[in-house]
Amino acid sequence: MKTTRRSFIQKTALLSGVFSLGFDWFDSKANSGIIEQMNPVLDANRFNAFLSIENTGKVILYSPNPEIGQGIKTAFPIVVAEELDVDWKQVEVRQANLDTQLFERQLTGGSGALKHSWERLRKAGATARQMLLQAAAQQWGVDASSCKTSKGFVIGPNKGQKLAYGALVDAASKLAVPTEVTYKSRADYQLIGSFVKGVDNYKVLTGKPQYGLDTQKSGMVVAQIVRPPAFGSTLVSFDAAEVKKMPGIIDVVSFKNKVAVVGKSTWEVMQARKKLVCSYSDTSNLESDSTHQKWFDEGMKTDKAKVERKDGDFHAAIAKAAKVIEATYECPFLSHTPMEPMNFFADVKPGSVLLAGPTQVPQSAQKAVATLLGVPENTVQVELTKMGGGFGRRLNNDYALEAAELSSIIKMPVKVMWTREDDMTGGIYRPAVRYHFKAGLNEKGEMIAYYLRGVGLNAGNSTRQDNFPVGAIDHVLIESFNYNSAITTGPWRAPITNFLASAEQSFLDEVAVAAGKDPIQMRLDWLQKVKTNPVGKITYEPDRFIEVIKQVAEKAKWGKKGANVHQGFSVYFSHLSYVAQVAEAKIVDGEAKVTHVTAVTDCGEVINRSGAENQVIGGIIDGYGHAMFSKLSFDKGVPQQKNFDTYKLIRGNEIPTVEAHFVNNGIAPTGLGEPALPPTGGAVANALFAANKKRLYRQPFAGPDNANL
Amino acid sequence: MESIELLINRKKVKVEVDSNTPLLWVLRDHLSLVGTKYGCGIAQCGACTVWIDGEPMRSCVLPVSAVGKSAVTTIEGLNEKAEHPVQVAWDELDVPQCGYCQAGQIMTAAALLKKNPKPSHDDIVAGMSENICRCGTYHRIHNAVKRASEIASASNSSKKK
Repeated sequence: MKTTRRSFIQKTALLSGVFSLGFDWFDSKANSGIIEQMNPVLDANRFNAFLSIENTGKVILYSPNPEIGQGIKTAFPIVVAEELDVDWKQVEVRQANLDTQLFERQLTGGSGALKHSWERLRKAGATARQMLLQAAAQQWGVDASSCKTSKGFVIGPNKGQKLAYGALVDAASKLAVPTEVTYKSRADYQLIGSFVKGVDNYKVLTGKPQYGLDTQKSGMVVAQIVRPPAFGSTLVSFDAAEVKKMPGIIDVVSFKNKVAVVGKSTWEVMQARKKLVCSYSDTSNLESDSTHQKWFDEGMKTDKAKVERKDGDFHAAIAKAAKVIEATYECPFLSHTPMEPMNFFADVKPGSVLLAGPTQVPQSAQKAVATLLGVPENTVQVELTKMGGGFGRRLNNDYALEAAELSSIIKMPVKVMWTREDDMTGGIYRPAVRYHFKAGLNEKGEMIAYYLRGVGLNAGNSTRQDNFPVGAIDHVLIESFNYNSAITTGPWRAPITNFLASAEQSFLDEVAVAAGKDPIQMRLDWLQKVKTNPVGKITYEPDRFIEVIKQVAEKAKWGKKGANVHQGFSVYFSHLSYVAQVAEAKIVDGEAKVTHVTAVTDCGEVINRSGAENQVIGGIIDGYGHAMFSKLSFDKGVPQQKNFDTYKLIRGNEIPTVEAHFVNNGIAPTGLGEPALPPTGGAVANALFAANKKRLYRQPFAGPDNANL
Repeated sequence: MESIELLINRKKVKVEVDSNTPLLWVLRDHLSLVGTKYGCGIAQCGACTVWIDGEPMRSCVLPVSAVGKSAVTTIEGLNEKAEHPVQVAWDELDVPQCGYCQAGQIMTAAALLKKNPKPSHDDIVAGMSENICRCGTYHRIHNAVKRASEIASASNSSKKK
């Protein structure tokens, strides 16, 4: 039977000294707050997300969500500390490990954490503040409404009445939990919206161990795994005789198409694996880039595409159009390439499994490992490490499962490390997709018909059929077709929209030119129509769209920068946030070059100004870099790029300057880890077109082949 | 296997390793100095940057036998209290996102400033462009190098007074 939180707390509520307010970050029914005494020496990680205040006044906040560089470990506690009304210097933030009894949705993905937790975080802080205030009022014999709080103190109405939270812990813990609390007004915010530095900065700056690859455990061995070089090939046999003779090698074992080389140290394993001789199955049907081109061609012609959305009658409308515009866009597979390659530690023992490492979804790691090993989930413990990036790659726990399986075979604690080559050639990529757009204009240049077909390779539905400008156009047809490829894919920062937005925003720019309209005014006209006369289901708020568009036009001085600055516009809604961008290109040494990007983001309330700027600027650099330079290609199932010498990532001497502005509207916060990336490719392509009149249809834009198909 | 003596962060240490082992893995696996990161293993990303006699080097391709009597400085030896001007500036501007590449960035930046205490923007961009940051923190990196140069120069002039 599942232990309830309350019964757990009661069992452990033995000593006083810590005032602990448990609050459920994920269950709205349980967020009224529970005050209990708890033993300060107990492992507080066992609780649901909570804040605790020690007698010394120190405030400890546990952050349950995995930190991949998105800044959640700083952002969550800011909200609690704001409503609790404490000095940020009093706060210590700790990473909570996986605990499925106490947490729900303990994951990092979909830019959803703040959206999900905002109310809960505020309530947790405000509830504790109210109880501390009540405790002080009782002590002074005054009415609570005559007291106030300030930076970790309660201040009474009479002279000299001032008590630190730490001194009120014991009294506050005996009070009933209030059912209703009041929040600070926005005007009184001191932390929310300010520039707060990352809580892990000191560890990063001094090189303290914190990432998965830094894991060291007693008796631990290290391993690397040799996987089939081609997607679609299988291991037939291997000869490890020479490997086993190499120094430092402990064992060589095979499971599921893989051969693991286990040794005492990383370098010894790296050397020894080179001696492994493997033979793989027949490789006649393996996929190459040419295979994918053929599939894209076929997929564009097939009558088996799935209709994702239909408004009006597209075919009838396009037949009557005064002008028809068509274009085809394509993107390659991409590797996620977080700087820290995949790795995981596993120690499988009879009756208990310990996992430690970088994962965006620790609970699914726990479940999958339990299923794999045939053990109860509650015997699998997962320690969360800080992650050297993720970008979606660590939503797939293949590498954690490998570590667990290997440990169960060799019966040793083992850290499996992927080299960069393993990481880049080991699969789970951004899928390659081709899009075909068609627009029909009437005599007035208004778009009356809009068509999109997406053909993806392991991409599922490669469209986002309800996205703007759908809702503003009378006749719409959106279709998708998917090929099952042997090349494995997964979510990559802003899944699907990371390229779909680029293609769509480029196409709409082409439509604007063909219609003789300003690209910004064209969108504003459509949004006006959505407000007054929407077509079909609408999933976005037109007013929020309008606001980011108007603000970016103003901030970027749209159309007012002179003849030497060529601007490109783009706007996109994803993960519940709205981002408009204007990219600028200049002709430098005869070549069009992107020099600047202005972004206006509506993600509701900005929690941490520093973190928010980082996400927007980083997202734009990520979007720009991959749009310009990166590509993973295939020959007979084998990835042709294996490391950073051939797989190009953007470097510091190739970046445009970026301005990040935020709409100040006080709406409850929405996602920010992903939404700034999708609009960038389109803004950049449109600016480059404005500069050199060449449209870019294939990513990477800086590649040799980017013409329309 | 050889017994090799090294001078790391002003301390003498002895390790028993194959002499071809890259310094990176000696640091990480044998000396538990894991602040220096593995990113590519082919000297392309700069995450493994350390100093050899004050010069920034890619430890992932540097055989430990080639270090000899040279002084090795890693991120752990730069300033344990994070008081080096580069660390101070990195914190002040809140440079890190995931943080994984930052040890290499910081060691590169600190070496750059030793050679060129008042770098121009172009000097900074050129000097830092060999280090990859996948999170795209490049703007703050550039601004932080500039800021570190100001901090160092202010502290030098106050010392002179």
